[in-house]
Amino acid sequence: MSTSTTPGSRTEPSTGAGDAKAARPLKALTIAMFKGFVRDRMTLFWAIAFPLMFLVLFGGIFTSQGEVDPAEVVVVGDVSVIDDAPAEAQKTIEKSVDITRSDDLDAALEKVRDGDADAVVTEEGGEVTVHYSAADPVAGAQIQGVVQAIVQQANTAVYQQSTGEPPTFMFASSQVEDDSLEQIQYVTPSLLGWAVAMSATFGAAANLVMWRKSGLLRRLRLAPVRTSSVVLARVGVSLVIALVQAVIFVGLGVGAFGLQLSGWWPLMVPLLLAGTLAFLSIGMLAGAVSKTEEGAIGLANFIVLPMAFLSGSFFPLDGAPTWLRAVSNCLPLKHLNQGMLDVMVREQGPSAIVLPIVILLGFAAVFATVSARLFRWEA
Amino acid sequence: MGVQIEVDHLTMRYGAVTAVDDISFTVEPGEFFGLLGPNGAGKTTTLETVEGLRSPTSGRVSVDGRDPAKREPDLQRRIGVQLQSSAFFERLTAVEQLQTFGAIYGVPTSRLDDLLEQVGLTEKATAQVEDLSGGQKQRLSIACALVHDPDVVFLDEPTAALDPQARRNLWDVLRGINDSGRTVVLTTHYMEEAEELCDRVAIVDHGRLLEIDTPGALIRQLDAATRIGLATEALTLEDARRLPGADSVTLGGSGLVIETREPATLLAELGRREALEGLSVSKGTLEDVFLDLTGREYRA
Repeated sequence: MSTSTTPGSRTEPSTGAGDAKAARPLKALTIAMFKGFVRDRMTLFWAIAFPLMFLVLFGGIFTSQGEVDPAEVVVVGDVSVIDDAPAEAQKTIEKSVDITRSDDLDAALEKVRDGDADAVVTEEGGEVTVHYSAADPVAGAQIQGVVQAIVQQANTAVYQQSTGEPPTFMFASSQVEDDSLEQIQYVTPSLLGWAVAMSATFGAAANLVMWRKSGLLRRLRLAPVRTSSVVLARVGVSLVIALVQAVIFVGLGVGAFGLQLSGWWPLMVPLLLAGTLAFLSIGMLAGAVSKTEEGAIGLANFIVLPMAFLSGSFFPLDGAPTWLRAVSNCLPLKHLNQGMLDVMVREQGPSAIVLPIVILLGFAAVFATVSARLFRWEA
Repeated sequence: MGVQIEVDHLTMRYGAVTAVDDISFTVEPGEFFGLLGPNGAGKTTTLETVEGLRSPTSGRVSVDGRDPAKREPDLQRRIGVQLQSSAFFERLTAVEQLQTFGAIYGVPTSRLDDLLEQVGLTEKATAQVEDLSGGQKQRLSIACALVHDPDVVFLDEPTAALDPQARRNLWDVLRGINDSGRTVVLTTHYMEEAEELCDRVAIVDHGRLLEIDTPGALIRQLDAATRIGLATEALTLEDARRLPGADSVTLGGSGLVIETREPATLLAELGRREALEGLSVSKGTLEDVFLDLTGREYRA
């Protein structure tokens, strides 16, 4: 038997682990899992960079889609309704049409025929005429609308001046998206929901298969560590990843794309936690039934990607057929997205997250139970 | 310190397949015990049952008088295991693996440097496990099995797929583990490894225990002939055949080979004739015992 100076020297094995020590295996497993995640560039890319690409794509590039380019209008001769319009009206006109001046009516009409200009406006004896091309009915209609409004406004002004009374009817228009949800307002919460769902599912599925294949699960089975500690470590890591995703998404949304958060936005945290649990358990199921990592990731993709489309992560489903919306209501991601939208941008309070959280936790419970049944320690 | 292991009429069946068929043996505290057999003989199944990974179909296994399949934490803290595959946390460094396993076993991780030195991985302490060679991984997984100072260590083919240098280095490590008083049980299909390391060897094939004894006793039991090699010039073939006690003489590429069961008489005669050029003497090995017991047909 060796003495205590040799490298193989022995210390008394610690016995009777107290409460403080009971937490150590959990902490150690969590740290090990987290380091494994952070050091893998591929998983980092899929969890952080890939969803961010979508945010930049939808939030940054497609945002300008809603705004229409000003129409090109050639004004020939004097058109008093435009020339003499009050300053405020001038601004509105400039916003919706680009005006160029010309004295040559024929040349101007030729331009419209060739598609170089959208319309020509002339005035003769109080009659304002819009010359447009049937080749571009949308632009034509737009300019007709603008000019009609200008004429109307001028008439109203004349009427008001002569009678001293306000007009009986007034027209006003308003685009719904401007008031409630601009593109970035919609895509940030719903893309974040998708990103969290994806990384929780993939993380759990790949982790489980990897550890089973390498034999680490069997090794841990022979160590004094509870199965629940292994699962809790994974939960901890996924929750941290979800919060990091939220910080990056909201930070980029607010900082770069003009995202405006409602006052209730911190309620997204409990929602994200419930969502992470739901998708972790779905990932656990994918990991329990898959033999290889590739299989697990494929299965996770097969579950999460169609779900993202059907849950409105990439575009709203308001225009979708009724049956599709019914399917959508059966998916956990739909409820996560709904809750995220409500508290992040729709000014809805705590009552808006109750139902989504209950549904998400229900999914978590069901899938966790099934995957526990199908769980295998060995490949 | 050392732990006693008892395997009592252990049988393991998987459907129609009997992987382990009524095996019994006892490993004494502090003993270095080897389970020797070809691939698929049932040695890993036996070892995994002793470790507590499997429950016997019938029979009983006990480690220090307790049932390992119950996976009681305080028994697990006294057992160190190295499984066949190198089971590591992905992308953690060697020292982080040891830290993690140490924390799982609830032991202070102050002597990790000693442990890494013991298995010759000091220079690889901060290398991620994916960057280690096969032999380095094997040594690291043995270090992981030792991190909590267990009283008994189970090693499943620790030197499989290693080159000769790496294997011999690892033997030194394994001897060191046993010298400090631990019970060590290992499986192997390398005869020389069992001969070199083990106090006692159990030879297993087709799930059955064929023989159990010290390597020396097993070889003696074999009653194998001693083989005496000589350079071709030392003696003519005819003279060699007329030597006292020579059972058979063959002339091969490396010279004359004489098989005898009376080596003392024969060697004395060779000495008298001063015909000792290129002399080599070899007795039976565990390999001969093994082949004698298990036959020579190919195995899966």
